[in-house]
Amino acid sequence: MTISAERPTEVDDKGVDPPEFIAQPKLRRHGLLGQHLGTAIVCGFLGYILGHWLGNYVASGYPYIANSGQNSIAVLLALMFMVLGWLIGIGALNYPFAKMLGREAKGEVEYQGWTRYFRYNLDHKVVGIQYVVGVLVFFFTGGLLAMAIRTELLNPTVHVFSADTYIKIVSEHGTIMMMMASSVVVGPLGNYFVPLMIGARRMAYPRIEAFSFWIFSAGYLVIFSALFFGGFPTGWTGYAPLQTQAGPGMISYLFGFAIISIGMMAAGFNLAVTIINYRAPGMTWSRVPIFVWSIIATAALLTLASPVLLAAGLFGILDKTVQTAFYVTEHGGSSYLWENLFWFFGHPEVYILIIPGFGIISHVVSTFSGKPVFGYLAMAYAMVAIGFLGFIVWAHHMFTVGMPLNLQAYFVAATMVIAVPTGVKVFSWIATMWGGSIEFKTPMLFAVGFIFLFTVGGVTGVVLANAGIDYALHDSYYVVAHFHYVLSLGAVFAIFAGFYYWFEKMWGVRYNETLATIHFWLTFVGVNIVFFPQHFLGLQGMPRRSIDYPAAFSYWNRVSSYGYLVALMGLVVFIAVLAEAAIRRRAARANPWGAGATTLEWTLSSPPPFHQFNELPVIHADSH
Amino acid sequence: MSNENSQGEEINHFRRIVYIWIALSVVCDLLFWFLVGPHVPPGRMTSSAQGDQLDFNILFVIGLPVLIGVSEWLVYAAFNWNAKKKDTPESVGGPRAWGNKRVEVSWIIVTSVVVVCLAGFGIIELVALQGAGGGEGPNPIWYPHGAIQAETAALAGTGTWSPNSNDVLPVQVIAQQWKFTYRYPTFGGFESSELILPDDTAIAFNVTSLDVIHSFWAYQLEVKADANPLENNVAFTRTQQLGNFVVRCSELCGLWHGAMFNYGTVVSQAAFEKWATTTEAANAANTKNLAPFAWTYVPDANGAAGGYYPDGNVTPYSPTEIYGSKQPS
Repeated sequence: MTISAERPTEVDDKGVDPPEFIAQPKLRRHGLLGQHLGTAIVCGFLGYILGHWLGNYVASGYPYIANSGQNSIAVLLALMFMVLGWLIGIGALNYPFAKMLGREAKGEVEYQGWTRYFRYNLDHKVVGIQYVVGVLVFFFTGGLLAMAIRTELLNPTVHVFSADTYIKIVSEHGTIMMMMASSVVVGPLGNYFVPLMIGARRMAYPRIEAFSFWIFSAGYLVIFSALFFGGFPTGWTGYAPLQTQAGPGMISYLFGFAIISIGMMAAGFNLAVTIINYRAPGMTWSRVPIFVWSIIATAALLTLASPVLLAAGLFGILDKTVQTAFYVTEHGGSSYLWENLFWFFGHPEVYILIIPGFGIISHVVSTFSGKPVFGYLAMAYAMVAIGFLGFIVWAHHMFTVGMPLNLQAYFVAATMVIAVPTGVKVFSWIATMWGGSIEFKTPMLFAVGFIFLFTVGGVTGVVLANAGIDYALHDSYYVVAHFHYVLSLGAVFAIFAGFYYWFEKMWGVRYNETLATIHFWLTFVGVNIVFFPQHFLGLQGMPRRSIDYPAAFSYWNRVSSYGYLVALMGLVVFIAVLAEAAIRRRAARANPWGAGATTLEWTLSSPPPFHQFNELPVIHADSH
Repeated sequence: MSNENSQGEEINHFRRIVYIWIALSVVCDLLFWFLVGPHVPPGRMTSSAQGDQLDFNILFVIGLPVLIGVSEWLVYAAFNWNAKKKDTPESVGGPRAWGNKRVEVSWIIVTSVVVVCLAGFGIIELVALQGAGGGEGPNPIWYPHGAIQAETAALAGTGTWSPNSNDVLPVQVIAQQWKFTYRYPTFGGFESSELILPDDTAIAFNVTSLDVIHSFWAYQLEVKADANPLENNVAFTRTQQLGNFVVRCSELCGLWHGAMFNYGTVVSQAAFEKWATTTEAANAANTKNLAPFAWTYVPDANGAAGGYYPDGNVTPYSPTEIYGSKQPS
C-alpha cells in the first residue's frame, strides 16, 4: 500500500483548491413528488404528439411527402419534441431556464433513497448506477436482436423473417450495440470511479454529467423508435445514397446518432475537465491510476470525434427532410462525403469503446497478480498514442471505395503503426503477470480472456490492414469476426472484468464467485463458437448482411448459431449472479482484493458514502 | 535483484517459455504453410488472387507465433504463478516490478521493425500487383502496361482486342439494385448479364453504379471495387486459369443485397473472341437502344432516390469526362 489517505496535515493549499460540495443538500425522502422518470415519460409522450402534429400540419402538402405518403418531417419533429419533453420532464432544463429568466437558480434537491435513481441526480455515483442500467438495457436489446440474426442464419433459406425485416434487425443490432458501447465503460465506470480514483469530491460539471446520461437514454428511445417507423435498411454504417432512399426509420437513426453524439461530447468534456482540475493534492500526472489515463484519452476522442458524427447526421437529416443533396452525387453532393465523415467519427469510436477497457484490464491484472502495472508510463502514453492514431486511419474502413493507390498505401502504413502501442499494452499486461502470485477470481478470468481474444482480433486486424488482402475480405464475414473479437468480445470482456472488479464497491453487496465463474466460462466458450467460424465463412466468401447464402456456407453458420445459445446461457447466468447478489445481500467489504488493490476507491467504504473524501486524501507516493 | 535464487529461476522461466514458443511456432507455421497455405481462398485464378494468397499466408505465418506466444504465456502463468499452487514464491516486488526500460524499449523496437516491414511488404504488394485487384478510383496511378491507352481508346469507341495481342481488355461493370450487368466497349459496347473473360489477359474493370453504393466482388478473381453512382472505379487483374467464378455484391445495397450475385467464366482467348463477336452481332439491335458507352451513367433525372428529388435539373445520360478524352456525342 503506497497511497495514504490520511488527514492532510502538511498540505499547502497553494494552487490546490479543495473542491466545494455539490450544493448544500436538503436531503429529502419524498416518494413520487417532483420530477422523475415518470414525468419524463409523460412529457416525452406529449412532446412526441405535439411534434408529430406540427410536422403534419407544416409539411403534409410538400410534393414528395404527398406523393410518398411518408412524412419524414413529422417523424423528425416528433422525435425532437420527444427528446425535449424528456429533458424537461426529468428536470434537466430547470437550472438553465431559471438562469436564462434571470432568476437565481435554486439548485437541485438531493433526494436520498431509491427514488434518486429515477431523477436528475447530480451525484456521480448515482449517475454511474443509472448508466449501468442504461447500458444493460441497450446491451440486452442488441443481444436479443443478435439472437434474431443467428436464428435466421441457422438455415440458408429465408425462413423466419422476410428479407426486409432481417436487414432492419441487422441494422438495429449494429446501431444499438455501437451506441451502447460508446458509453459502456465511460458512462458507468468512468463516471463512478474517476472522481473516486483521483480523490475528488465531485465531478467538475455535475449537471452536464447528469445531462449526458439523460440524453443518452433519450438517444436509446430515438434509435429504438426506428423499428416503429419501418426500420432502416442501411446497417449501422448508414451509407448514403441508400440512406437517402430509405423510409422515415432512417430519421431515427440519423437523429439518434446526433442526440447520442451530444451526450458523448458532454460526458467527455466533463470527464476531461474533472481529471485535469479535480485531482487530490499530490495526485500528479505520473500518479493517476491507469484507468484515469484511459478515460482522459477516451474523453479527448469523445469530444473531438463526436462533433463530426453530429454534423454528418445533420446533413443526412437535411437530405431526408428538406431535400438538400449533401450525399446525392447527381445533385451536386457526394456519396463519398458520408463515408468519410462517418468513418472519421467511426474509427475513433472503436477506440472510444476499447481504450477504457485497456484501463480496466491493467487494474485487474495488476490487482490479481499482486504486482504494480508494468511500465506504467509506457501504458499511459500508449493509450494516448492509440487515441491520436485513431484520427488518422479512418479510410482503412473503405479501401475498396476507389482511393488512389498512394493514399491507400498511407492508410496501410498508418494502420499498421497502431500495432506498436497496442503491442505495448499486451506486452505490459503479460509482463505484469510475470512472477506474480496470480489469483484467478472472476475479474481476472475475464481479463485473461480479454487478452487472448483481443490478441486474436489484433492478429486478424493486421491481416485486414493490408489493403491487398482486405480486397478479398472487405465486407465479408471475416471482418464481422474481426470486429466482434475486438469489440463484442474485447470490450464486453473488459466491461465484465470491471463490473465484477468493482461489484462490491458499486452495489454494496458481494457476488457469488462460483456463479460468476460459470458466467465467464459459458460466455468465453459461447462467443468463441459464435465468432471463430465466421473467419472461415469470410474466407469462403460470404458477404455481410445478407439473409440467404449458398448451402456451402451453412455448416459454419449453423455452428455459429449454436454458439449463440451457449453465450445466451452465459447471459442468463449473469442475470442469476445479479439476482443472487440482490437476494442474499452479503455485506460488502471496503477492499475485497487485499494488498493488490492500491487505488483510492478501495480506501472508502462499499458503497462509498454520499460525501466521499470529507478530508481530501494526500498522495505521497506512486501507486504503481 | 540481489536474490540469486529468484534471479536464476526467472531466467529459467523465460527460457522455458521461449523454447516452447519457438517449437510450437515452427511446427504450427510449417503445418500451416504446407498443408493449409496452398488451399487458402480465393485460389490462384488471377494474378491478384495468387498475390493475395501469398500475402495472407505470409501474414498468417507471422501472426500465428504472436497468438501462440501470448496464449502460451497466459497458460504458463496460470500454471506457474497461480496463487493456489503450493509454495508459490512471493510475487516479484520492488522496482523490478514497476518496469524495465531496457525490456520495454527493446520490445517497442522489435515490434516497430516488424510492423514497418509488414507495412512495407503490404505496400510493395499493392503496387507490384497494380492495385492487387482493388478499386483505384477513376485515375489509377499503378496499372498494367497499356491499360490507359486501352481505356482511352475504349471510351472513344476505337478500342480493339484480339487473341495473342497482349492487349488490356476493358470491361465495364454496372451495378444497380439488385443486379450486375457488363459492357464490353471494345466490342461495340454490347451489354451482357454474364461476365465472360479471356484467359491470360490483363483486365481493366470499370465499376460504376446507377443508384446506391454497391461493391463488385469477383471472389475467385480477388477483385473488389465499390460501385458509386457517377463515379468510375477502376480495378485491374490478370487472369491466369480457366474456370468459373462467382460475383457478389459486398456493400449493403438494400432489400435484396444478399440476392445480388451472378456467375462468370474465364475461357480461352479464342473462345472469348468468338463469344464476344457473336454476342455483339446478336445484340446489335439492343445495343443501339442503350445509352452511348460512357464511364458513368445517370439513369434518369430522378436518379437513385426514386422520385424523391424534383425533376429538371440534370440532363439524362450525361457522361462524366474521364481521362480527358472527348465525350461521345
